[in-house]
This record gives sequence, structure tokens and C-alpha cells, in this order.
Amino acid sequence: MSSLPFSPAVPAGAAAHHAERARPSPRRLSAAALLAISWLAPALLVLIWELAARAGQVSPQVLPAPSKIAATAWDLIQQGRLISDLFTSLLRAATGFVIGGSLGFALGTAVGFSRLAEALLDRSIQMVRAVPFLAVLPLVIVWFGVDEGGKIFLVSLGVMFPIYINTVLGIRQVDPKLLELGKVTGLSNGQLIRRIVLPGALPSILAGVRYALAVAWLALVVAETIATSSGIGFLAMDAREFLRTDVIVLTILIYAGIGVLSDAVARLLERRLLAWHANYAAGGRR
Amino acid sequence: MNSADIAVDVHGLRRRYGERTVIDGLDLRIRRGEFVVLLGESGCGKTTLLRALAGLDAVDGGRIDGPRQPAVVFQEHRLLPWDTLWRNVALGLDDATGRPLAEAALAEVGLGDRLDDWPRNLSGGQAQRVALARALVREPRLLLLDEPFAALDALTRIRMQGLVKQLVARHRPGVLLVTHDVDEAVALGDRVLVMRAGAIASEYAVPPQANTHRAHPDAVALRERLLGELGVASDALACA
Repeated sequence: MSSLPFSPAVPAGAAAHHAERARPSPRRLSAAALLAISWLAPALLVLIWELAARAGQVSPQVLPAPSKIAATAWDLIQQGRLISDLFTSLLRAATGFVIGGSLGFALGTAVGFSRLAEALLDRSIQMVRAVPFLAVLPLVIVWFGVDEGGKIFLVSLGVMFPIYINTVLGIRQVDPKLLELGKVTGLSNGQLIRRIVLPGALPSILAGVRYALAVAWLALVVAETIATSSGIGFLAMDAREFLRTDVIVLTILIYAGIGVLSDAVARLLERRLLAWHANYAAGGRR
Repeated sequence: MNSADIAVDVHGLRRRYGERTVIDGLDLRIRRGEFVVLLGESGCGKTTLLRALAGLDAVDGGRIDGPRQPAVVFQEHRLLPWDTLWRNVALGLDDATGRPLAEAALAEVGLGDRLDDWPRNLSGGQAQRVALARALVREPRLLLLDEPFAALDALTRIRMQGLVKQLVARHRPGVLLVTHDVDEAVALGDRVLVMRAGAIASEYAVPPQANTHRAHPDAVALRERLLGELGVASDALACA
């Protein structure tokens, strides 16, 4: 039996062995190919959308063709509206981010370092944080009307908490053994903070910044669509009056684009500032 | 003795944790350039003594006459991961004077070509060498070593011991090394103290030939006696 050329007894093991060898080889895609695919897939989606719109499958009232949206964007740019509205929105987001971020960082630093500051401030801050910040919108409109102040206030409020929480957390998580080292090296309190505490807290703080950027946009979209007379949100609301779906979709895309861009900036910041950290060093993470 | 020759002088040191007295009326004097090794079982108070000398823990009684800021090397390297090697070594010095000093100190421990590297790229032994450079860069009068080789592999440990010996001979701080390792004590120490129940129980001068020759009869005899002091009876080693 065992002398037969295709006796099942012997090749069973051999076949399994062969299969194991063969496993890694079937068409491993290179990193470049995978990257190309990851961009081609959405491009294909846009192409299908364009073709469907041109074939009359999708009503322009529901979803205008990408080419129509691009044309609208060009028109609005030439009228000067798009750029000025975009600038207005960016300025609001940036101002709110700086105010809310500085406040969150200052409070977080105080609470992170001092048990007294924690006793004084933390419970109140956590209570205010428990309120969904968009719930205060009606109050903000009563306080500020449709002025800039209301939008900046709302963005600041949204940005403050993630930065506050991550700053406190980052400072509390600094390795006590490194603080001890600082002490035996004779560092002053100022040097201790600058050389050990803040760098140690930085990964956590930057994670807060990244999250806060997303919150800033959310706050801005809501604020601009409800009470405003300029900005990207106003562009969308104005377009709604005239059923200009193309303008509405354009503003949505702009919000998306800015969101992606701000996340990229946050990542770049992480990569630059956390070059020492194995997880963030170039090539360490994509 | 001239007081400038003394690295640290401890009189009647006392330290309590709650009811328990960890250090009980301890006296110790270390001269500059002298290498003192402190041996003892876990929990005998030797780390407590080192932390008191380092100014990390308060004391409940007695007096420590010594530098306000002795240099310390811990069991872990404790390098700042966000600073390059030279900035780690120059920690606490201002940048202008710190850089050349750090360069020289790193060159001394054989890492002069790694000034701008990150700590995460170092092996355990290299990281501990940087920690040593950081301790010596300020030319301390007193150097405290808290089991600095315990986490290293056997070969690296022997190389590090040689390096420390050489650096101490050059910079001449008073050294207090806390360790469990009797071999290490005999190889490095000028004087070995055995600590028990919060006080110095006994003291041995190490003959110079025992430092340099592991197999010298004096070295063997001293190791035996120290092991006996630590409660490891020599007949437990008879089969070895």
C-alpha cells in the first residue's frame, strides 16, 4: 500500500507541509499599492456620483453633481464671498480655540500641581462640564445676540474642557521617579516644571488639543447655522432659503476639509514635539 | 582630620515609620575618595539611609553634615526620555556651560559620539552609563549609588563596576554604594559595612589586592565572612 505512488498515508503530511509553505506568498500587496487603493476608492465613489447625476439618476435638488459644486465654488470665490466667509469662520474658530485652550491649560496646570487649586476648582469645573455645551446655545443667543462674542464663547467653552482634563491628567501621570531625580539634581521649582513636568504631560496635552480641534469645529457649525450673518454656516443657511443644494453641499465639504486639515496639523505637531517618543517618531506610526 | 577631606559625617541618625524604627542611632563617616559599600538584607534600612543622605526623606533625629546636594545614581537610569543625552547629563546646569561639561562627561563613559541621541535608543548598560555621567558632571563631594548595577546582565555589570572604579579614582568623591551583592562589595569597596536592624553591625577594611584579584585568598576569605554576616552559612556553599 505504502509503495503506491499516490498512497494517502504519506502525502497527507507532505501536503499540509506544502500548504504551510505556500501560505505567505499569495499576492501580498505592497504598501504603495495599498496607499493607492485607499485614495482610488473615494475617487471612484465621486466618479460614480458624477455619472449618476449626469445620467439624471439623482435630482440636482437632492444631490448636485461634483462638477456643479466645483463650478459653484469657483463662482463664489470670484464674487469674493467664499474667501471672506471662510476667513470669518477660521478667525472665529482660532480665536475661540486660543481663548478656550489657554483657559483650559491654565486651569489644568493649576489643578494638576496644587491640591488646594483642585479643591477650589475641580468640582465646579466638572459640574459645568456635565452640561452638554450645545445645550447653552439659547442662553448664548440671549446674552450675545448674533454678535461674534456668542460664537467665540461657544467655541471656547467646547475647547476648554478636553484641554483642561488632559492637562490635569498629563501632569498627574508624570513619573514620580523622574520628579525625585529632579530633586536630587537640585532643580528649582521652575526648572522642575519646565524640564520634567510639562514635557512629561505633553503627549496627554496634545491628545487633548487634537480632540479639542474637532470640538471647535462642531461648536462653530452649530453656532453659525443658528445665529449669524456671515461665515460658512451663514452661507449654508442662506443657500437653504433659495434651495441651493450645491452651495449647501459645498459648505459641508469645506467643513470636512478643514476638519481633516486641522487633524493633520495636530498630527504634525505631535510628530515634531514628541520626536523623543518611540510611538510618535517618524516611521513609528502612520 | 581636615574637614575638607570629609564627604559626609552622620551622627546618631534616627528614622521611624510609624511605630517601627528603621534607622536607630547610626553613625557614619565617609572621606573624599573613599569607596564605602553598604551591605545588608532587604529591609535592614540601607535604602532608607541612602534616601536620607540624598535629602529625599526627612529624618527623625541625629545630624547629617554633608553636601546639601549629593549626586545619586538609582537602580533605574531615570533619564528624561524627551531630552537628548547631553541635555540629560547637563540637567540643572545652564546650557552654555552645561554643553561642554556634558560632552566631556559622556566621553568619559564612552558615549561621546551619542550626544544628540535619544535615551530610547540605548541599551540598559549604556543608559546607566549616562546616569553615571550625569551624576559626576557636577564633581560631587558625595556620590550615592543605590544598587545601580542590579538590573544589568552579568557581563555588563562587571564592565560597569570597572568603569565606576576608574571614574571614582579620577574624580575622588566619597562614595556610598548600597548593594546585595557580596562579590561587588569586595571588588569595589575600600570599606564594607554590614547593616542590621537599623545600625552598622560590623565593618571590614578591604585589602587592595582583594579589589583587583577575585581569586586572591584575602578576597575569598572576605566574601566568606560577609556571606556569614548576611546569614548565608558557609556550609550552605560547601558543595559549590
